[in-house]
Amino acid sequence: MIEFEPTEEQQLIVDTVRQFAANEIRPQAHDAAESRKLPENVLAQAHELGLVALGLDEAHGGGGDRSAVTGVLIAEELAYGDLAIALAILSPSLTGLPVTEFGTDPQKAEILPALVGPSFCAGSLALIEPDFRFDPFRPTTRAALDGGDYTLRGHKCFVPWLDSGDHVLVIAMEDDDPQAFLVPRNTKGLAATPERNLGLDALPTVEIELDDVRVPASARLGGDAGCDVHSIIDRGRIALAATAVGVSRAAFEIARDYAKEREAFGAPIATKQAIAFKIADMAIEIDAARLLVWEAAWLLDSGAKATREAVLASRQAAQVALVVTDGAVQVLGGYGYIRDYLPEMLHRNACGYTNFETLTLI
Amino acid sequence: MAISFELTDNSRCARDFYRKMAVEQMRPIARRYDVEEHALPTEWVDYYWEHGRKGPPTDFSTPADGMVQVCIQVEELCWGDAALYLRMPTASLGGAAVGSAGTFKGDGPPIWGAMAITEPGAGSDTAAIQTTADFDGDEWVLNGTKIFCTNGEGASQFEGGFVVVWATVDKSAGRGGIKSFVVPAKTPGMKLVGLEKKLGIRASDTATLLFENCRVPADHLLGSAKVRKKDPSKTGDKGFKGAMATFDASRPIVAAMAIGIGRASLDLCRDELEKQGIRIRYDAPRCDLTVIERDFIDMEAELQAARLLTWRAAWMMNHGKPNNLEASMSKAKAGLAVTKITQKVVELLGPIGYSQKLLAEKWMRDAKVNDIYEGTQQINQLIVARRVLDYSSSMLR
Ligand SMILES: Cc1cc2nc3c(=O)[nH]c(=O)nc-3n(C[C@H](O)[C@H](O)[C@H](O)COP(=O)(O)OP(=O)(O)OC[C@H]3O[C@@H](n4cnc5c(N)ncnc54)[C@H](O)[C@@H]3O)c2cc1C
Repeated sequence: MIEFEPTEEQQLIVDTVRQFAANEIRPQAHDAAESRKLPENVLAQAHELGLVALGLDEAHGGGGDRSAVTGVLIAEELAYGDLAIALAILSPSLTGLPVTEFGTDPQKAEILPALVGPSFCAGSLALIEPDFRFDPFRPTTRAALDGGDYTLRGHKCFVPWLDSGDHVLVIAMEDDDPQAFLVPRNTKGLAATPERNLGLDALPTVEIELDDVRVPASARLGGDAGCDVHSIIDRGRIALAATAVGVSRAAFEIARDYAKEREAFGAPIATKQAIAFKIADMAIEIDAARLLVWEAAWLLDSGAKATREAVLASRQAAQVALVVTDGAVQVLGGYGYIRDYLPEMLHRNACGYTNFETLTLI
Repeated sequence: MAISFELTDNSRCARDFYRKMAVEQMRPIARRYDVEEHALPTEWVDYYWEHGRKGPPTDFSTPADGMVQVCIQVEELCWGDAALYLRMPTASLGGAAVGSAGTFKGDGPPIWGAMAITEPGAGSDTAAIQTTADFDGDEWVLNGTKIFCTNGEGASQFEGGFVVVWATVDKSAGRGGIKSFVVPAKTPGMKLVGLEKKLGIRASDTATLLFENCRVPADHLLGSAKVRKKDPSKTGDKGFKGAMATFDASRPIVAAMAIGIGRASLDLCRDELEKQGIRIRYDAPRCDLTVIERDFIDMEAELQAARLLTWRAAWMMNHGKPNNLEASMSKAKAGLAVTKITQKVVELLGPIGYSQKLLAEKWMRDAKVNDIYEGTQQINQLIVARRVLDYSSSMLR
C-alpha cells in the first residue's frame, strides 16, 4: 500500500535529530565554516545519540537497523543543521556501513568496535578522482595482486579525513571490476594533502596519492567474495540526495522567514509575487525531491537494484539544492552575499552535489 | 504505518485494466478525434458506458490505495488519450462538486457532468463571477454566461446530463454570496451557444453556455443558501468553501492526467530512440552522457517527482488530512513539468516529433491545458505561497 508516513520509531528518531540539528548543529554552522574547524563537542554529542551505530552490525555493537529509509530520514535532518557537520557526524558510516554489509568477520572485528566505542571515531571513503572524466563505476585507481599482497596505485580526492579516524576505504579497479580495500591511513606510500574547496569549509578533506601502497590480501573488503561497489555507490547517492534535501530545507526556511520580515516599498517582500512564487516553488521542489529520495531508499530496502532511481533522485536533489540555495541568496539580496548570513554558505555547499557523486552515509 | 511505494494488488489490477483499455480502445482512435474536432466519439462513449465503467475487478477483502488508485487509473486513461478521457460519460468535475459540497442526491448515476465557473470576465478570480441566482417563488433563477465549460455539450444537451453552475446570490457579499447550482440538461433557459476550437484536447467539448432566466428548484442549490458576509473561508459555510474544496480533490486528478500524457510522451521517445539503437544509460559517468540521455533522465525525474507529489496529495485524502497545500503543489508541479516534457520530446524527436505521423505533437498540445485549468500555474503557486507564508488571500493576491 502506498504510504507517506514514517513508522512511529522513525518519527521519534526524526524528531530527536531535528531538535539536535536545530539546537546543537545549526548554531555552530557559521563559526565552524569560518574557522574551518569542526565543533568537537557536537561530534561527541552526536556520537552519544548513536545515529551511526544504529546501522552497524549487531554482533559488533551496532543496532543492526539497515533500513535505508531510516537512513535518509536521519541524513536529511542532520544536513538541515549543517552539511559539513552532518558529513562529519556520519563519516564513521563511510567505512562502517560497507564493512557491515560486505565485510568478513575479521574485518568487522577490526573496524567496527572502534566506530561504536565510547568516543567518536571517524571513517573515510576514497572514491572520487580529480578528473572531469571520473567514472565512479570504473575508477582509474588500480589494485593488483602482487605476491600475497595488493598494491594500490592512483589518485583520489575529496576524501573526508577527520583527526580521529584510522582507516580509509579505497575503491579501485581490480581487473575489470571495482573493489574496495581497507587501508590504514599511515600505510607507506599513501600521501594525504589537505584540500580547500568551494564549500564545506568545516569538513577536513584530503587528496591522496597512492603510490604502490601495499596491503595484505585480507584488506580486500569481503575477502574472496569481494563486494558490490555498484550497490555501495547507489546507496551513497541516495544518502547524499537526502542531505541535499536537508540543505535545501534550511535555505528555504531562512528565505521564507526573512521574506516575511524584510520590508521594501512599504510591505514585507514576501507579499510580492516575485518573491512569494520563488518561495512556493522552493517548497514544491523540496517536497518532490524528498519523495524521490524516499522512494529510492524504499526500493533499496525492498532488496531491489536502485541504480536508476538513485540517479534520478540524486540528479533531481542536486538541481533543487542548487536552485533553492541560490534562491535564498537572492531573497536576502545584498545580505545574501555576506558571510555573516548563512545562505551564501548553503549555496556554496549545495554546489557540490553535482560533483560529490556518492558517499555511503546511510 | 511505514513509508511504502508498493502498490496494492487492487491498484495493480486497476492499472492493468485501464492500460488495456487505453491501448485497445483509446489509442486507435486518438488521432481521428483530434482531427474531427467536435465529433462525438461514439464508439468510445458506448464502450465506456457498457463495459469500461464497470471498472476493474476489485478484491474488497484486501487493502486498497483509495484516491491513489484513482490517480493511477486516471494516469493510465490519459496515457491512452487525455481528450477521450475528458469525453467519458461520467459526472466528472460536476460529480466532485456534488460530492464535496454535498447534499444533491440524483436518481441513479448521473452521466455527463460539467462544472461551469469561468465567465468571459472572470477566470482565475472566481469570486468576480457575474452570473446571478435570484430566488423567485420556490425556484432559483439563473442569468449569465459561462465559457470554457468542459463536457458542457453533453451536460447541457444529453439525457442524464447536468451542469453545476456557480452564481452569486448577493453581489455585495463577495465570495460569501457565491453558490453552486445543479442545472439538469435541457432545462429551459440554458443554451449551448458554441464550442471552442482549441490547441489540444480537441475530442473534449469546451462549451459556452448561456443562462437566460433559467429556473431550477430550490433544492438544486448545493449546500446552504445562507450568505455570510464576513470572511466566509473561516466559517462553516459550505458555499464558496465547499466549492473550493472540490479543487483539493480534483487538482491531484488533473495532475494525474498531466502525468499520463507526460508518460505517453516519454514512452514514445524511449521507443523511438531504441529503434535507433540508443539506450539510456543510468550508470554512465556524467561527462559521457549525451545531451539526449541527460534530457531524458531529467524528464524522468521530473515526471516521477510530479507523480509522487500527486500520490501524496491523494493519499492525504485517504486519511482525511487537509491537502489544500499538497493538492496545489502537485498540480503546479505536474502542469509545468509535463508541459516542458512534451515540448522537449517534440524537440528530441526532430522532424518526426513535429509530424502528425506520431502522437508526440498532439501530446504537446494536449498537455498544455493542464497548466491552465483547475487553477493556472500562477494560481496554484499563489495557494502554495499563502500556505507556506501563512498569508491570507488579501495579503498575497
Ligand atoms: C480547455 C479548457 C477547459 C476548461 N474547462 C473548464 C471547466 O470545465 N469549467 C470552468 O469553470 N472553467 C474551465 N476552464 C477555464 C479555466 O479554468 C480558466 O481558463 C483558468 O482558470 C484561467 O482563467 P482565465 O482564462 O480567465 O485567465 P485569467 O484569470 O485572466 O488569467 C490570465 C493570466 O493571468 C494570470 N493570473 C491571474 N490572476 C493572477 C494572480 N492573482 N497572480 C498572478 N497571476 C495571475 C494567470 O495565471 C494567467 O496566466 C477551462 C479552460 C480551458 C482552456
